[in-house]
Amino acid sequence: MASAQTLDRPARNTIARPPRESHASWPLADRLCHALCWATGIGLCLVTAWIVLYMLVKGISALNLKLFVESPAPSLRERESGGFLDPLIGTFIITAIGMAFAAPAGVGIATWLTEYARPRWLARAVESGIETLAGVPSIVLALFGLLVFARGFFSFLSGSTNGGAVSGKSFLAAGLLMSVLALPLIVGTTREALTQLPSRMREASFALGKTRATTIRRVLLPSIRPGIASGVVLGMGRIIGDTAIIVVVLGASPKLQGAGGAPLLSTLRGSGSTLTSYVYGFSPAGEGNSPQKAYAAAFVLLMIVLALNGVVTRLSRGRSLDTIEQGAKP
Amino acid sequence: MPPPIRRIVVDRHPHMAKPAPAGNGAGVANGGVAIATSLAAPSVAERTARAPAASVRERMHVESLWLAYGENWVVRDVTLPVRQGEVLALIGASGSGKTTLLRSLNRLTEITDSAARAGRITLDGQDIHELEVTELRRRVSMVFQQPNPFPMSIFDNVGYALAERPDGRRRRRRRSAAIEHAVHDALHRAGLHDEVGEDLERSALRLSGGQQQRLCIARALAAEPEVLLLDEPCSALDPISTATIEELIVGLRERVAVVIVTHNLQQAQRVADHVAFMHLGELVEYGPADQVFERPARQRTRDYVSGAFG
Amino acid sequence: MATGGPTRTALHPLVRGSGLRAAVRTDRRAELVLGALAVGVLALIALMLVTVLVNAWPSFSANGLSWFGSGGDPVTQLAAMQTDTPLPGHSVLYFSAWPLLWGLLLTTVLAVAIALVVSTLAAVFLTEFAPKPVRRVLEPVVRLLAGVPSVIYGLVGILAIAPWVNEHLISNARRQSVAYVVQLSGADLTTATLILTLMILPIMIALTANALSSVPISWREGSAALGVNRWRTIRRVSLRGARPAIAAAVVLATARALGEAIMLAMVSGGRPFDANPLDGLTFFFEPVETPATAILKEFGGETGTPVAHTAYALAAVLLFSAALLSFAGWAVRQSMRRSTVV
Repeated sequence: MASAQTLDRPARNTIARPPRESHASWPLADRLCHALCWATGIGLCLVTAWIVLYMLVKGISALNLKLFVESPAPSLRERESGGFLDPLIGTFIITAIGMAFAAPAGVGIATWLTEYARPRWLARAVESGIETLAGVPSIVLALFGLLVFARGFFSFLSGSTNGGAVSGKSFLAAGLLMSVLALPLIVGTTREALTQLPSRMREASFALGKTRATTIRRVLLPSIRPGIASGVVLGMGRIIGDTAIIVVVLGASPKLQGAGGAPLLSTLRGSGSTLTSYVYGFSPAGEGNSPQKAYAAAFVLLMIVLALNGVVTRLSRGRSLDTIEQGAKP
Repeated sequence: MPPPIRRIVVDRHPHMAKPAPAGNGAGVANGGVAIATSLAAPSVAERTARAPAASVRERMHVESLWLAYGENWVVRDVTLPVRQGEVLALIGASGSGKTTLLRSLNRLTEITDSAARAGRITLDGQDIHELEVTELRRRVSMVFQQPNPFPMSIFDNVGYALAERPDGRRRRRRRSAAIEHAVHDALHRAGLHDEVGEDLERSALRLSGGQQQRLCIARALAAEPEVLLLDEPCSALDPISTATIEELIVGLRERVAVVIVTHNLQQAQRVADHVAFMHLGELVEYGPADQVFERPARQRTRDYVSGAFG
Repeated sequence: MATGGPTRTALHPLVRGSGLRAAVRTDRRAELVLGALAVGVLALIALMLVTVLVNAWPSFSANGLSWFGSGGDPVTQLAAMQTDTPLPGHSVLYFSAWPLLWGLLLTTVLAVAIALVVSTLAAVFLTEFAPKPVRRVLEPVVRLLAGVPSVIYGLVGILAIAPWVNEHLISNARRQSVAYVVQLSGADLTTATLILTLMILPIMIALTANALSSVPISWREGSAALGVNRWRTIRRVSLRGARPAIAAAVVLATARALGEAIMLAMVSGGRPFDANPLDGLTFFFEPVETPATAILKEFGGETGTPVAHTAYALAAVLLFSAALLSFAGWAVRQSMRRSTVV
């Protein structure tokens, strides 16, 4: 049967669009599950919104510019207990030390794992090692750090108490431990970025007579800069957010306290606090009873972390939830 | 010891079928190139004459169907019957709209947001767009081009549609007697039972390509559909699997109305009772298979069937 | 045409490099240096294991297997150690960690169980049911939750949620019923578990959602073409295909929950109370403590003292469970890989 019409399109009033998927006809159990899914999704948004708004409201109401420039002062009265300048500096120092060690080490290990990886059993062992490190709780890391820096080989890195015993607590000690914390993240993102590079890049460079080391240095690493950057930012986020190591290894003084003579080294070998330990200390769980300061510091902390989060999202090109996956496993 | 050396024989003079008189032989008579087939396929007339279905009744009817994706009308004013007791083959070049037409028969085109349609499709007299869509798809099942077994055991795959049929309050247990019987029956009909019958708990993903496709057919059959849609089911398979499936398709005619899309003309010749030739969305010719292939009424059909294009 | 040495003059200056032998040397050196770094990781882990165990050994050896038992209140025991006055009838190292381990078990298992259900529902919503604008909101929400530091969760918990629980969920009658043993405040198992669930949700949602969106379209189409509605397709096909990812997510989430110290320290209550399920509903409002919180609160950082040995013993337990989970994750991945091989 041949069509004899030569219409170009059907009459406009006969055209129908596909109907929106209706689940009115699903059995009751399925509709319940569907409703549950919606409830969970919306509920999650509401809970997060509540938390963010709560922190926002409480934080902003307690925040004023003086806090940023004053050091903490011991006082029972909230109005006179100063600001959180020292904790801010402390956070900065810790992050800097941590990243200074973690970034090169992480990139180096990741490069070895993807480009060299000989012998095979060693590479597999190192991979499992990185994964294990990622799973070690930070408090265990802190206790380990105490042993290393108080009694061990590295005791020169931390200050001594009046009795002459090395306390094992210092910015350097905490910073080095933080670098262990951030290491798996950097290794993970760098490895992923390296394995995604097409092999023809390497082949082209080898074909020109370049060695593997030069290829890595001149060709591969520059190409994965966004990947390394996103790993670094993820690591920074993790360092800034960690409290357990600070509380155990950095000591309990809210203000920066140097140890020893030389100016920079004394700060690094001394103790102090970071934003996280400041919040902990000033919350009802610590000694302080100035929740206002805790809120203010927590607010600043939250903003920093969210900003870092935003940077990572901007840097990564994959699916938007990939960064969480990267942050959770190496 | 190394295996014996086998010589590869290259035949530089392939067998060419002599131009057959009209109505006989394995090729197309009307001008054009004789299509030599290495399988000894019976002629179309011979085949349809060989095994007519006991009864032929119309199950679905497509009336003045228009389908569009976005602004592009892919199917233009097509009217076709789909009958139980016969196999309907949709043939045409790529882009002729035959796959879209097939997918509209079970409303699979609705998955695409930009789709638009006009016209009517009825199943046993009822407009399919007034039926509930999952009910429609249980009655009109589809097998796809690439085998897509689920990541479950063979038994669970074939029994899938049955286990998920919401029977009001009574939940079908996975291993109820009715389901077991239906699964074995479907596997027999699909010709797969001999090969996998001993271990139905194996993962379906371990089967070969041909077995997977037959599994998909068994899966579609297990729910006793009224119409079976096949979208180029053999295009990803080797000749032996293809032959098995074609035999199976012809055997299904009695109980199920079969619509098969294929761009393999020989396959259409082998299995089809009626053929619809589409070109750029329009239905150019529809008729009994032997008529369309050997005495096409339209020049365009003649050109396509003889291999002048497509 | 110059006829100097083979490697010097015939090559274009840019390609010449530093000579073949020198190049190989730098390459070898680079490999050694990087390899040493990598091996350093293994050395670090080994060192960690050794030092922690060595410092934990005195506590374990003094108590034997009863270290894991329930012989009293760990906080009292730790206090006794700090003042160096042993409890009557025991050595100064006497310690019974069961209340802490029980608290760890409770919080972790409850949090992971609840998070499993919630994350699956949320991931299904995110990938299947949510309209585009909602999805664009929900994804940043999940990322935000993942990034919040645990101390902030703790702060919100102790300043907002615990008081709320205290006022609205704990009636006076309930308070009286256990007043002779423990004071109920809002800082308890419920608050701790709820916040812990919230903390591990983002990881699980992310992993599950990524897996769900990687399910091949052919399966979903095939299921739809058989007349199975969307929800059942999700349940029987998509979720089944996402099983390896969900298992991995559970392992990761458990590891995170096990190691959580600071949030729990702020929110779970002051005493390692052996929360008693026989108390009925009150069970959920009793305070708990975990090894991590005990270390954080009681350990000052000195080394060599009984408190220190006990703290390291607790750390050894945590380290061991982290290693166990790591292995479990690997085993799960292996078995899942085998079962879904195509």
